[in-house]
Amino acid sequence: MGWLDAVVQGILLGGLYALFATGLSLIFGVMRLVNLAHGDFSILAAFLAVVAVRALDLNPLLALLLVVPVMAAVGYGLQRLVLNRLLGRGILPAVLVTFGFSVIIQNGLLQTFSADSQRLNPGGIETASLALGGGLAVGWFSLLTFALAVVLLVALQLLIGRTAIGRAFRATSDDGETAELMGIDNRRLYGLAMGLSLAVVAIAGIVLGIRTTFTFASGPDRLLFAFEAVIIGGLGSLWGTLVGGVILGVAQTVGAKLSPGWGVLTGHLVFLTVLLLRPSGLFTTSRRVD
Amino acid sequence: MSLLAVRDLSAFYGDFQALFGVSLEATEGETVAVIGANGAGKTTFLRTVAGAQPVARGAVRFGGESVGGRPPHALVDLGIVLVPEGRKIFPSLSVRENLQIGAFRRRAGPWTLERVYRLFPILGERRDQPGTNLSGGEQQMLAIGRGLMANPRLLLVDEISLGLAPVIVKQLYEVLAGIRREGTTLLVVEQDVSQVLTVADHVYCFRKGTVSLAGAPSRLSRAEISAAYFGA
Repeated sequence: MGWLDAVVQGILLGGLYALFATGLSLIFGVMRLVNLAHGDFSILAAFLAVVAVRALDLNPLLALLLVVPVMAAVGYGLQRLVLNRLLGRGILPAVLVTFGFSVIIQNGLLQTFSADSQRLNPGGIETASLALGGGLAVGWFSLLTFALAVVLLVALQLLIGRTAIGRAFRATSDDGETAELMGIDNRRLYGLAMGLSLAVVAIAGIVLGIRTTFTFASGPDRLLFAFEAVIIGGLGSLWGTLVGGVILGVAQTVGAKLSPGWGVLTGHLVFLTVLLLRPSGLFTTSRRVD
Repeated sequence: MSLLAVRDLSAFYGDFQALFGVSLEATEGETVAVIGANGAGKTTFLRTVAGAQPVARGAVRFGGESVGGRPPHALVDLGIVLVPEGRKIFPSLSVRENLQIGAFRRRAGPWTLERVYRLFPILGERRDQPGTNLSGGEQQMLAIGRGLMANPRLLLVDEISLGLAPVIVKQLYEVLAGIRREGTTLLVVEQDVSQVLTVADHVYCFRKGTVSLAGAPSRLSRAEISAAYFGA
């Protein structure tokens, strides 16, 4: 594997990281909530896909159509029933409660599915590759993942930029109290934001499960990469999330090329460098974050 | 019959009690002014009527229905709409989008983007700019327009003149008179008494969280108002 190859693989990996990071960034933007169970929700979605694949003999890509709405409903329900009760008490109660979700999800998955690693098999596409010439080849599935990330980001951009609900997200992000006075039911809006966040991370979880094996404990690493992508890119910027994901992905694959054990470490070092030099990220919007 | 009837309302601003048994009525179609010094409880009163703060004691009735304690969005559905103190324009939204947020509940009525642009042509000219790029007076117009987009029955207006030049304030009061001619009931809070008394049918003077004087401006003397305002 040459250096160029490492960079190309890293860019495509960035698409996956963007899928993980987008939902995290969205809910922080709309309601200043840090969801420490974000990675575990993605793994929960992957296990749900395993169940759907076994029970209905589905292709995992088709299982997306079932699991994504279920995860959206889970997000909406948890926000309305639990997380909305923590509103207006600062950031810490939500951090503690979502940390609790993380513990519950991991142990629930361990109890139900054992500690065995799982994998979703879509029937060949995950190993098929496209030769680009010059000895360079990229996996079809990596390309598909990257394209999916771009399509989703465009769709979210349109939702947030052009629709009434998107305006309500932005207004609430600016000034939640005034948004409420204008008639926005913020509890319902937060439910929708969390539903959207978990729908996107469910896609990320299933894509991950097709690329690689996962266990009940795979969530926290995903959360860490998602945070790194969000912070490199800059909070509140959707395209920044993709750029952050790509930078992190390239750092990891190039690091792994230097030495097989250095991939994740190089990613962390690049993240820390960005945090030192541009603590607000590379693509910060003018939006106030308080 | 009164559109808004507040009876014996008490409310808190944080831990501090800001209203002590305030009663106020507004008949459909009239303009009611609430005046008083800084800290008299005027803003707390408006915010409580709009549902942004809880009713500690007392009753708020709107159109004959008890509405105290309902959330703001439910009150917007009934037609109670607040133009907040300090304008509170959303910085990430354009002028047009700020207006559209006002129409979020899709309440039926005469106000549309086109009508607001006719009322405030400057907002139409600058519709694609960020709302906070406007001058203070223009932002106040935007805040009023945003409130109108909700098609209010009762428009609550908090400190319309705050930080604005007298000539702008005069224009804004002319606009309020026009809105009133549409049949919208107005409840206007002001610290600056001179303008508001020219448009109000009734005035309530607040002092230290109670009503110190109430009546039609024409029947009240300057000295009475001054005494009620400052406490003689």
